[in-house]
Amino acid sequence: MATQAAHSPDSPQSPDAVVVRFAGDSGDGMQLTGGQFTLSTALAGNDLATFPDFPAEIRAPQGTLFGVSAFQINFGSREISTAGDAPDVLVAMNPAALKVNLSALKPGGLIIADTGEFTKRNLDKAKYETNPLEDGSLAKYKLLAFDISALTIEAVKEFGLGNKDALRSKNMWTLGLALWMFDRSREPIHDWLNHKFRNKPDIAKANIAALDAGHAYGETAELAGPLQQVHIPPNPTAPGLYRTITGAESVSLGLVAGAQLAELPMFFGGYPITPASAILHHLARLKEYGVTTFQAEDEIAAICAAIGASWAGSLGVTSSSGPGIALKGEAMGLAIMTELPLVIVNSQRGGPSTGLPTKTEQSDLYQAIYGRNGDAPMPVISARSPSDAFECAIEAVRIAVHYMTPVMLLTDGYIANAAEPWKVPDPASYEPFPVNFMTERRGEQLLPYKRNEKGARPWIKPGTPDLMHRIGGIEKHEETGNIDYSPDNHQAMTDARKAKIDNIAVPDQEVSVGQEGGSLAVVGWGSTYGPIHQAVNRSRAKGMDVSQIHVRNIWPLPANLGALLKSYDHVLVPEMNTGQFKTVLRDQYLVDAQPLTKTSGQPFQIAELEAEIAKFFDGIEGNEGGQVPTNDDQLPTRESGHDDGSSRRKSSH
Amino acid sequence: MNAPVKIETTLKDWETDQEVRWCPGCGDYAILKAVQRTLPQLGCDPKNTVFISGIGCSSRFPYYMETYGFHTIHGRAPAVATGAKLANPDLDIWLVTGDGDGLSIGGNHMLHVLRRNVNMQIMLFNNEIYGLTKGQFSPTSRIGTRSPSTPVGSFDRPANPASFALGAGARFVGRGFDVSKNLPDVLKAAHAHKGAAFIEIFQNCIVYNKDVFEDFAAPKGAGDRQLWLEHGKPMLFGDPKTGLDKGIALDRDGLHLTVVDATEDSWQDAGVLVHDATNRVIAHMLVEMPFGSFPMALGVIYDDPRPTYESSVAEEREKSTAGKQANLAKLLGSGQTWTVDGTAADPV
Ligand SMILES: Cc1ncc(C[n+]2csc(CCOP(=O)(O)OP(=O)(O)O)c2C)c(N)n1
Ligand code: SF4
Ligand SMILES: [Mg+2]
Repeated sequence: MATQAAHSPDSPQSPDAVVVRFAGDSGDGMQLTGGQFTLSTALAGNDLATFPDFPAEIRAPQGTLFGVSAFQINFGSREISTAGDAPDVLVAMNPAALKVNLSALKPGGLIIADTGEFTKRNLDKAKYETNPLEDGSLAKYKLLAFDISALTIEAVKEFGLGNKDALRSKNMWTLGLALWMFDRSREPIHDWLNHKFRNKPDIAKANIAALDAGHAYGETAELAGPLQQVHIPPNPTAPGLYRTITGAESVSLGLVAGAQLAELPMFFGGYPITPASAILHHLARLKEYGVTTFQAEDEIAAICAAIGASWAGSLGVTSSSGPGIALKGEAMGLAIMTELPLVIVNSQRGGPSTGLPTKTEQSDLYQAIYGRNGDAPMPVISARSPSDAFECAIEAVRIAVHYMTPVMLLTDGYIANAAEPWKVPDPASYEPFPVNFMTERRGEQLLPYKRNEKGARPWIKPGTPDLMHRIGGIEKHEETGNIDYSPDNHQAMTDARKAKIDNIAVPDQEVSVGQEGGSLAVVGWGSTYGPIHQAVNRSRAKGMDVSQIHVRNIWPLPANLGALLKSYDHVLVPEMNTGQFKTVLRDQYLVDAQPLTKTSGQPFQIAELEAEIAKFFDGIEGNEGGQVPTNDDQLPTRESGHDDGSSRRKSSH
Repeated sequence: MNAPVKIETTLKDWETDQEVRWCPGCGDYAILKAVQRTLPQLGCDPKNTVFISGIGCSSRFPYYMETYGFHTIHGRAPAVATGAKLANPDLDIWLVTGDGDGLSIGGNHMLHVLRRNVNMQIMLFNNEIYGLTKGQFSPTSRIGTRSPSTPVGSFDRPANPASFALGAGARFVGRGFDVSKNLPDVLKAAHAHKGAAFIEIFQNCIVYNKDVFEDFAAPKGAGDRQLWLEHGKPMLFGDPKTGLDKGIALDRDGLHLTVVDATEDSWQDAGVLVHDATNRVIAHMLVEMPFGSFPMALGVIYDDPRPTYESSVAEEREKSTAGKQANLAKLLGSGQTWTVDGTAADPV
C-alpha cells in the first residue's frame, strides 16, 4: 500500500483523481448509473471508491428533498481509499437533487443540471423560490444546464415509447455524457444493457440510443461550453484478475470460503433488515456451496436456528443490523454458554432504535464487546473495507470453529453498500482448517466440556453413537457438562470462558502508515480506514509526525497494542459514534486516547480528519500546514506530555 | 432422509444418571415415564433421538432422557429445533415446552414451526401456570386464577393451545394428560405423523395449580367427561361399565356440535359423528368444545400430513443447484471482471 502523500487535484485538466456525484430522484436510477459508471471506471484501470447514499423510503414522493438518491465515486490514477470529500462534478437530475447536494460541491466545481426538470412544480417541491439555474446563485460554480429530458426523448423517439417510458432512459443519457467526459468505452455498458434487457430488445436498444446520444452530446458541447474531456490514466496495480465488490458480497463470499476451509456445510439464519439483507440475498443463491439459507420469523429465531444447526454439525451463521443484533443478545449468551461455533455479522447503521436505517455509523461497538447479560466474552472482528470483509469473514469462521465460540463480525452500512476493486484471491492460497468432530470417548467417562489446549471443548454431533449428552444455558460442570450451580464451579467456568477468549491468537498490531513511536497515532477501526489513511498521509506530507494504526481484532485486542499505543505522545481515535473504542482503549491500557467523533450518518471526510490532526501540531516546528488558528495558551507542546491537551480539542464525547 | 432402523431398547436405556428435580407428585414424572415407555416400543434409536426444550419446569425434560438434548432459552426451542432439523434431517426431534414457554414468550416461534411443518413431535405441557417462576398465571390460566401477580384473580382471556395450533396450520393435533394410560398412543401417532405434530398434554402442577384438570382427568366419572377420539370410530362416550350413552353430533342448521343420547347400537340414528382425523373443520369444533356442557376431546384430534418443511428445503436445493458445480475460484472471480497484466496497468 502506498504511503506517500496524495494531493487532491488543483487543475481539473490534469487531475490524478476526480470525484463525481450523481444525484437525482430515487426513481431516476442514480444507483444504477453509479454502478455502471463504477464498472467502466474499474475497466479503465483506475482505483476507485464509491458511496451510495439513498433514502430510507422505498418510493418517496417524486421530486421531494427526502426522495433524493445519490451515488458518489472517487477515482484516480493513484491509490484511492475514500469516496472523496467534495465532488468536482455534481450531476443534478432535478431541483431537489441540486438543493440537497450543492453544499458538498467544491467551489468552482461543475454542475450538470437537467433544465427539463426545473419546472415551477419541482422548484416548489425543492423549496426554491427562484430558479437557481437562472438567478445567479450558482455563480461560484461552473454550470452546464440543458434539457436532458428533451434530449432523451428525442434520442429514443424511433422506438415509439411513451414519454414516461422514454424518460426512464434519462439516466443512460447522463451516463453516456459521463462516459464521454472521462474518455471511457461504451462497449461494456452496451453489453450490460443487452444482457439486462435480453427479453426486451426494444428497451435495450432505446437505452443504448440514449447512452450514445449523451456521449455524442459531449463531443459537440465541448466546443462551446464548460464541458471538457478529462483522461485519468490507470492506477498501476498488481497484476491479476480484478472485480468490483461490495461489502455485502464480500462477507457472503468470505463466509462461503470459510465454510469450505472448515469443510462444513453452512446454515445461514436471517431476518430482513437494512443494510444486512443483501447478505441473505447473496447466500440464497449459493446453495451448491453447501449453504442453507433460512428466512426466520424474527432475528431471535434466526440466531436460534443457526445455533441449532451448529449443534447439529453445520457452521451456523446469522446476520443483522443494530436492532436485530439487540434481539439476538440472549441467544448469543446461549452460544457462549453451550460453547458452540457461530458467526454473527452486524452491518451497523445509525441508532439507537430504528435510527437511520440507510446511513452508516459505528455505534454498536459496546454492544458487540459487552452487550450481553452475564460475563459473556465473545471475539469481535471489524472489516475496514468491502474487500477486507472477505478476509475478516474467513477469520471469523476460523476463530469460531477453533475455539468453539460465537464470533461477531462488524461491518457497517458504508462497507455493505460501497464498491471497490478487488484483486480476486486464489482460494488455494488459504490454509484449510478442517473441523474434527469428536466421534468416540477419550476415556471411560464422556466429558463434553473437557477443554483442549486452546480452551475449546469438543464438538459432538447428535447422531454420534455412544456420546449422548445434554447441553443448555444453565451453568454446567467443568468437565461433564451436567448442571452444576456450585460456587467453585461457576467461578471456574467463568474464568475458563474468559481465558478461552483472552487467549485467542490474534496477529500483532501493525502500523499502517508511519512508525512505532512519535507524536501522534491516529487509531481507527472499521470503515474509517480510508479517510484516516488519506488524512495521515497528507499530514505526513506536510511534515507532521503522525502514524496510522487500524485495528481489526477488536476483541481480544492484539497483545502488543498497549505497548504500541504508549509509544506515542498522543493518541487520537476517530470513530462514527460518541467515542466507544476510545473508552475501550482507555480501559484496557490506561492511555490518554482522545476522541474524534461523528454521528451524522456520513463517513468522515479527509479534510475534517486532517484539520483535527493538525490541532496536535500547531506551533510545532516543521508544520506548515496548520489549518487552525493558533492559540498558544491552549496548545500542547511536545514536552508538555499528555495532561494538558484534552480540553482544547473539540469532542462530542 | 435414511429409512430409520428399528432399535431394540428397554425403558432403562432411556434413563439418565441425573437426579430428577421436579416436585414430588408433579405430573411431569408421569409424562417422562410415558415417553420412556413409548420410545422402546417405537424402536427409536437413542443416538438419533434428540430432546430440545425451552425454559420452565417442563423444559428440564431433556436432562432426564439418555439421548442428545438441548435445554435452550425461554420460548426459542422451536427455532433451535428447526435449525437442527435442517442441518440434519435424520434427527428424530422431540420438542418439550410449557404453556408459558410455548404460548407466551415463544408463541411466535410456535406459530411458525407449525405453519412451516418441520417434522418433529411438539409436547406442550399445559399446567395453566408458570411453574418454574413460582406460580404466576399463564396464557392458558382460566379467568379468575389467583396467583402472586393476580392476587384477586386473573382476567386475561386464556388461549386454547390446540385451537392455536390448528389456527397456525398444524397438520397434527393431539391431546392427552399426564397420568392417562392413552398418552403413549397419542405419542406414537404423533411420531408416525411426518411433519410438526402438536400434542397438548395437560399436566398437574401440584404446587401452584393443583388439580385444575381434575374436573375431567379424575378417574371417577372419567367416561362422562373424556371423549377419546379414534379415527373411523363414532364419537361416543359415557361410563364404560354401564355402557356408553352419549355421542357428539353436528347440528347442521346451527353448524355446531351437540351432545346427543346414543348407544353403541343406536349411534347412527342419533346422528353421532364418525371421527375423521382429516376433517379440519370438525377438528376446530372439537378442540373448542366448552368443557362442562361437553366432554374434553382427547386423543388424535387431527392428523392429515402435508410435505414437511425439510423436504421442501431439500427439493428447492435440488432444483436450484441442478447442473451447478461448486467452484470457489470461479465464484470469487465471477461478475464483471478485468485483468491487469504483469507489466502494464492497462486493462485487458
Ligand atoms: C427471557 C426470560 N424471561 C423470563 C424467564 C423466567 N421464566 C423461566 S420459566 C418461565 C415460565 C415457565 O412457564 P411454563 O412455560 O408454563 O413452564 P412450567 O414451569 O410451568 O413447566 C419464566 C417466565 C426466563 N428464564 N427467561
Ligand atoms: S412447580 Fe409445578 S410444574 Fe414445577 S416441578 Fe413443581 S409441581 Fe411440577
Ligand atoms: Mg406452565
